[in-house]
Amino acid sequence: MRRNRAPLPAMPYGADSLSLGAVRGGARRVGARMTLAARCCQAETGPRCGGLRQRRSRRPAGGPNRPCPAPRSWAPLEAPVGVWAPLAIVTLLSFASRFSRLSEPPHVCWDETHFGKMGSYYINRTFFFDVHPPLGKMLIGLAGYLSGYNGTFPFQKPGDRYEHHNYIGMRGFCAFLGSCLVPFAYLTVLELSKSLSAALLAASILIFDTGCITLSQYILLDPILMFFLMGAVLSMVKYNSCADRPFSARWWFWLNLTGVNLAGAIGVKFVGLFVVLLVGLNTVYDLWKLLGDLSLSLVTLGKHLLARVFCLILLPLVLYTTQFAVHFAVLNKSGPGDGFFSSAFQSRLIGNNLHNVSVPEHLAYGSVITMKNLRMAGGYLHSHWHLYPEGVGARQQQVTAYLHKDSNNLWIIKKHDSNTADHLDPASSVEFVRHGDVIRLEHKETSRNLHSHQHEAPMTRKHFQVTGYGINGTGDSNDFWRIEVVGRKAGKRIKVLRSQIRLIHLATGCILGSSGKTLPKWGWEQVEVTCTPYVKDTPNALWNIEDHINPKLPNISLDVLKPSFPEILLESHMVMIRGNSGLKPKENEVTSKPWHWPINYQGLRFSGINETDYRVYLLGNPVIWWLNLVTIGLYLLMAICTTVAIKRGVQLTAELKELSKVLLHCGGQIMLGWLLHYLPFFMMGRVLYFHHYFPAMLFSSMLTGITWDTLLKFCVEHLSCSVRRRVYLYGMLTLMLLIVFSFYLFHPLSYGMVGPMASDPKSPMAGLRWLESWEF
Amino acid sequence: MLGFLKQPVVVTAEINLNLVALTVIGLVSRMWALSYPTAVVFDEVYYGQFVSLYMKRIFFVDDSGPPFGHMLLAFGGYLGGFDGNFLWNRIGAEYSMNVPVWSLRLLPALTGALCVPLAYQILVELHFSHCAALGAALLILFENSLITQSRLMLLESVLIFFILLAVLSYLKFYNLQKCSPFTAGWWFWLLLTGVACSCAVGVKYMGLFTYLLLLAIAGVHAWHLIGDQTLSNVSVLGHLLARGIALVVIPVAMYLSFFYIHLTLLYRSGPHDQIMTSAFQASLEGGLARITQGQPLEVAYGSQITLRNVLGKPMPCWLHSHKNTYPIRYENGRGSSHQQQVTCYPFKDVNNWWIVKDPGMQQLVVSNPPRPIRHGHIVQLVHGITTRYLNTHDVAAPLSPHSQEISCYVDYNISMPAQNLWRVEIVNRESDTDVWKTILSEVRFVHVNTSAVLKLSGASLPEWGYRQLEVIGEKLSKGYHQSMLWNVEEHRYGKSQEQKEREVELHSPTQADISKNLSFMARFTELQWKILTLKNEETEHKYSSSPLDWITMDTNIAYWLHPTSGAQIHLIGNVLTWASANVATLVYVCLFLWYLLRRRRKICDIPEDAWWIWVAAGGLCVGGWAVNYIPFFMMEKTLFLYHYLPALTFQILLIPIVLQHLSDHVFRSQLPKNTFSALMVAWFSSIYLVYRTFSPLTYGKPALSAAELRDLRWKDTWDILIRKQ
Repeated sequence: MRRNRAPLPAMPYGADSLSLGAVRGGARRVGARMTLAARCCQAETGPRCGGLRQRRSRRPAGGPNRPCPAPRSWAPLEAPVGVWAPLAIVTLLSFASRFSRLSEPPHVCWDETHFGKMGSYYINRTFFFDVHPPLGKMLIGLAGYLSGYNGTFPFQKPGDRYEHHNYIGMRGFCAFLGSCLVPFAYLTVLELSKSLSAALLAASILIFDTGCITLSQYILLDPILMFFLMGAVLSMVKYNSCADRPFSARWWFWLNLTGVNLAGAIGVKFVGLFVVLLVGLNTVYDLWKLLGDLSLSLVTLGKHLLARVFCLILLPLVLYTTQFAVHFAVLNKSGPGDGFFSSAFQSRLIGNNLHNVSVPEHLAYGSVITMKNLRMAGGYLHSHWHLYPEGVGARQQQVTAYLHKDSNNLWIIKKHDSNTADHLDPASSVEFVRHGDVIRLEHKETSRNLHSHQHEAPMTRKHFQVTGYGINGTGDSNDFWRIEVVGRKAGKRIKVLRSQIRLIHLATGCILGSSGKTLPKWGWEQVEVTCTPYVKDTPNALWNIEDHINPKLPNISLDVLKPSFPEILLESHMVMIRGNSGLKPKENEVTSKPWHWPINYQGLRFSGINETDYRVYLLGNPVIWWLNLVTIGLYLLMAICTTVAIKRGVQLTAELKELSKVLLHCGGQIMLGWLLHYLPFFMMGRVLYFHHYFPAMLFSSMLTGITWDTLLKFCVEHLSCSVRRRVYLYGMLTLMLLIVFSFYLFHPLSYGMVGPMASDPKSPMAGLRWLESWEF
Repeated sequence: MLGFLKQPVVVTAEINLNLVALTVIGLVSRMWALSYPTAVVFDEVYYGQFVSLYMKRIFFVDDSGPPFGHMLLAFGGYLGGFDGNFLWNRIGAEYSMNVPVWSLRLLPALTGALCVPLAYQILVELHFSHCAALGAALLILFENSLITQSRLMLLESVLIFFILLAVLSYLKFYNLQKCSPFTAGWWFWLLLTGVACSCAVGVKYMGLFTYLLLLAIAGVHAWHLIGDQTLSNVSVLGHLLARGIALVVIPVAMYLSFFYIHLTLLYRSGPHDQIMTSAFQASLEGGLARITQGQPLEVAYGSQITLRNVLGKPMPCWLHSHKNTYPIRYENGRGSSHQQQVTCYPFKDVNNWWIVKDPGMQQLVVSNPPRPIRHGHIVQLVHGITTRYLNTHDVAAPLSPHSQEISCYVDYNISMPAQNLWRVEIVNRESDTDVWKTILSEVRFVHVNTSAVLKLSGASLPEWGYRQLEVIGEKLSKGYHQSMLWNVEEHRYGKSQEQKEREVELHSPTQADISKNLSFMARFTELQWKILTLKNEETEHKYSSSPLDWITMDTNIAYWLHPTSGAQIHLIGNVLTWASANVATLVYVCLFLWYLLRRRRKICDIPEDAWWIWVAAGGLCVGGWAVNYIPFFMMEKTLFLYHYLPALTFQILLIPIVLQHLSDHVFRSQLPKNTFSALMVAWFSSIYLVYRTFSPLTYGKPALSAAELRDLRWKDTWDILIRKQ
């Protein structure tokens, strides 16, 4: 570490203000290149591209009322070392903090049980269903595969020991991506504010935040999501700063990289849509500026527009679709997720009973069948012994749509006027069901008939209720349904799987359909089935026959219509959206509320509850989080004061103008990111968890870096030349030390606690349980 | 002085006869045969109940909105001398003689009629021609849905009136701003904006959307004011302060005053008492206040108490136990402790009584002087009738297997010891030495051995538990939740040591003499919170619809059907107006974007002042439409077509704006202008014709035949009621 400061007589504080030796080296070189004449008088607008070029203009040093040669620039970062050496240190620290004690605890923690399991599914190529898009889990699977994990560990529940299974690869992969967040944040803040100390402050906040460390150390989607998210923000900021040289190689590179990262972000979780929105708003603003630039021709504008459409819309879409293509290509075996999808979809999966299916081709009386609704993510027609509760239509047996395969999905198709026995008689001839026949459907397990009547349906009040009625197949005339095939003539036979069927209730003329609404607890949260009096050909009211058992008919191998890729894509999205909206909190359940998050109200138990367990608790470093929280208020205050001052026409010095630009423009971008990643959660009906806040926390940390740096510069502006550097330096140092010290206090949260709980004075965490709601 | 002798006193009155004529026609169209039908129509059944309750001064909670609207309707009833005696039980029921139908419906009809001249004025203030203003007023006048909604005892027309009034007064204020700020007129319109806004919000929460829009517009204007460097800092500050007071402070104060009047008027206990906390109920006359009046305040060792769960969901209930035990095996094969059941019971019962006992002493009576229980004290809870101790242990609860079972301990002489010590934690304490107070303290019971917390799970037990609510011991207490909090509702100091005497004591009503006066702010906060969080179970109604159906009017609502003839009232709009309004919105947005992009390239298609008029008009009308419409996509409550009416009103105002703009700036040569005028006349006549065609469904008379009704069913999705012959 060099301590030679000889060629630096009166350097502006900023770049060299932190006593990091490497920074000194860089700054020294800067000083060396600036001649004494130019010293302290550089009107530096900051390097425009990549921090490597700069425009220079000379101004006369100091005004009459400026006794000391005022530094006109805050951070003349020019030499590569000045940027890269701190970056290297920051990266090193980040990796060290994330990879330390990575293998502890050697058992399944929290949601590893889901995502690890899904990683295994990819390795085993079994089809499953999840509410998130596939990229994150695919990458986990890939990491596991490459690191020699064979996909055999069942990941049954948190706390299961890994034993000999190799889980470090997957954890290491997530930790690697999680570590990248810090350099990304560093570079973003540096690019925006041109201030090394702001960047270092933001980076150190992320390095020493226990929450970020914990979240990066396990097999979870969040580090992957945040990696792409920060990647997108960084590349967006980078390509913005190349705006003066459009269509250069560098510009194209960052623009494309933004698109790639966006695809990655939404490919991991739908929360990625918020960063898409951020980039979208930024692009609109960008285009608006270009449109106002009359020196650009319409052709150039068109080029700009097309470039953005291509890189920020088409490219992400293509990549996103590719992820799904890979997902479907890899998962080709039947697994736990089959029932969520249509019959056509299931026929793709090896091991599914519809794969290379062999069933009797035409529907006949006496056959045992299952019927699947044709709406996206529609269920099987289902009934069970339970009755509709009192006050919900007639008190008869429930009929629902059920997404899973089950013996209660089986129905027997019968003639409306004849009795049960004659079809079972092996001697009798087979009679086929034809388009336009009047039939009766008997539930196999309970021997009740599919029935409808003029009572309101439980959820969709405009429709009629559908029930199971009658005893041992004897019901009344409300059990009669006319079966019709879409687009066929009367009298034709009905094909299994391929025919789209409509069931029309004979007495009321309504059509059997599934409304897609979830029934309350009494209906086991299955999907409502109704009889709709509005005759429309929507998929809600169409069904197909999936299983077909009739011993008297020969089985014929059918090549079911293989669905096209766009169909599969659309269908899986419908299923995911429904799954997401189905994650509703239960009555009287304590759930995490969005307002808890920024105040670090309550964490999440990752592992262990009792005193003897190895406990890991996801909780942000309270000092850092409360600093972030205060900073948001501080930022708003500063921004309002500055804008009002500018609007009132207050004359600002060049430095202050530069500072207020950083504050309003760059800080504004980050603030917008925070808002976009936080506010939407207030409107979400699904179950929320503490870790949903972490993307917003990244923005909040960057904002803290920028705001405090600007604030200190504002404050010292009025001090004399000799004091101001020291004050600024001490201010920054105090903040850093505070952060490091709080990390020292709280690091056991991430790296594991054993022994008595914090309420016990003997615990190492004693006295640190500052909020009663923390559970460690 | 004596100036009037030299110059005569002259009063010059300018009367816009257009405006007068419009008001008169508006009144006629809304008030013609107002008391027909003399039967309950649609939501009158709902609002009527509240009017009756106001007349009887009985407290109620309505989750649909703040009380100002109900109060206005009740005021109508008060003027008509309504005594509140009518059973609002079904739509279509004939009104009895004592119900002043006309005066109950008068206020909505008046406000509905006044919307017509308001529309006229708004367009004039937006700097459009009197011709356009007349057009806007006529469109509002001939809008069937607005007429239907105004002629009945419903709140939408009142809401729309206040919204339009707020918009108009803001425009007037803003136009005065340029020439004469801080004059009487300026202050009048500014204050009226605030008052009208708070009235709109007070009628229905939907008014909030328009209020926010106006705040945003005022914010933009204030921002321009800040940028105006000809003004001194002091005068800018003055302007900002005036706006802050008129548009924020006054509305908030008025909103509070609505609640103040509401709570002052309704002082008797009533059907919704149970929703409120015990403290609130104690402040009402009758009901709980009668029971709890004079209870001892501080809970002491030996106190006999009932414990109410603070959450009150799924229903308010009290900690309860009875002789029956948990079944040895549940349906799913899991075992239980077979000890006495502890549940939460939603009705008052002698089995809800518990005695607080000092673990160190045997006696179950209050010593003299009483020893009050403080935060952190350890107690045992003894069930009054069975004298068993509240207990929990490591046995899974019946319906929530992750939590512990709560029971009243029965000693079966097996290796399952009694664990019946509970620590009292007062959650809303001010200091750690606070005394446990009746009604006021919210208390958590933490089990000493297992640190489980006594909690209401919300599930209801099967037959063996008589469908009562399950109570569990929550082991992983995730912080604060109301289902873990209990408060003492009924309380007395126990006197009888003998079990027999105690039973008699438990059966006797409580009495004593302290009344708990809640402050207005405490009552307001609680009521407001309940209004916002109360959820109706009803998920869908026969006539409910989704917001997407509204723009195209794919849905209607049948309000009333004559018991014998085919006469009926529907909420159904003027189809042509709705379609034109949609087209106008589309044209506006397209033209706006076109101008905006071209202006950015410094190409000005229209003069600068025309552009700013265009922006202001669009910002208000399209903005008003959007803020009153788009939020419904995010709402989970049951929605009806009438929720669209405020948005529709703004959209209708846009039609003449777009038409005038087209004729002024787009069709510049003479020939298209003539064609345009001819088209206008034809279009207005068709709007009138459509209005005439549907007016039987709007006014409910004359009765139409089945064939005529069938002809009126212009869309397949409309539900028009046709009697079977």
